[in-house]
Amino acid sequence: MSARTQTLLWIAQRASAAVLALCVIVHLFTIIYAVQGGLSAAEILGRTRGNVAWFTFYSIFVLGVAVHAPIGLRSIFIEWLGWRGRSRDGVVVAFAAVLAWMGMRAVFAVFV
Amino acid sequence: MSTLAVEVWRGGAQGAFQSFEVPRYPSQTVLDVVTYIQRSLDPTLAYRFACRVGMCGSCAMTVNGVPRWTCRTHVDKVSRENKLVIGPLRNLPVIRDLVTDMREFFDKWARAKGSFGGNRTRQDELARVPPDSADRKKVDAGIECIGCGVCYSACDVVAWNPDYLGPAALNRAWTLVKDERDVAKTERLRAVAGDAGCHACHTHMSCTERCPMGLSPTAGISGLKRAVLGSALKGGL
Repeated sequence: MSARTQTLLWIAQRASAAVLALCVIVHLFTIIYAVQGGLSAAEILGRTRGNVAWFTFYSIFVLGVAVHAPIGLRSIFIEWLGWRGRSRDGVVVAFAAVLAWMGMRAVFAVFV
Repeated sequence: MSTLAVEVWRGGAQGAFQSFEVPRYPSQTVLDVVTYIQRSLDPTLAYRFACRVGMCGSCAMTVNGVPRWTCRTHVDKVSRENKLVIGPLRNLPVIRDLVTDMREFFDKWARAKGSFGGNRTRQDELARVPPDSADRKKVDAGIECIGCGVCYSACDVVAWNPDYLGPAALNRAWTLVKDERDVAKTERLRAVAGDAGCHACHTHMSCTERCPMGLSPTAGISGLKRAVLGSALKGGL
């Protein structure tokens, strides 16, 4: 992997961390605010179904996770297992794809 | 006369600590203790030193679990209940007793393109670098490295990732990146980027905490991260 790609992965992880910090704050405040009147599936779906703003917010959240976590996992593979090369990067890309697919599936489930 | 109970590493990668009793003197340094053992108690003890005044960087060892320059470390400052445990530096292969093989440490300076690349000849005028320019001040902040290996030994990232260039080599690269006379910058930024370079640093700051010269390799590594990113975004890497 070229020096440039490794550098771009590094900044992608830093930038996604900044996005996630914001997303986690919004998410936590929403939970605290929303459960005050009791928590039910109907209430959650009432808020999220057809709501483009929440759909966009949680899509960004999911994609931020799908970028951030695999790059960190890649570093853990290097430092803990000494795992290098294409096999490691293949696993990392697959992990990113699984996170994005599972996350977006959940986002669609509460939007549609 | 009071004495000091000293445990000294004997052997190579496999070995054990040996106990010695050393007379206690005022203003005694850890290097004085090791020298006393070698000269008066056991002449087979291997250790390394040269200048004894904190300039050459050859006498670094692990003292009570912390890497230090032993010639400038007073026993008063580091002994606990009149006990000292002295071992070789961490993260380097042990040759024998307190002597480590520094080749990998210095090879990494070369891998980080730690040598100056100029384009002037002796016929050209001397370069004039204003001492108060921003870049020159950054060079000044990192230039006094004595190559002792204390930062390298203190760094956990080196322990986890043996390819990591380490704080000293990256600090050296940073002082050259900020040297306005140097013309090998892109090549150097490429050499210090990525998994084995500046981006592997976790900013634990152990190097900065332990550097006997009071330098901050962490600051230099942060500077390299920014410089490398700038070059990558401009497509120059």
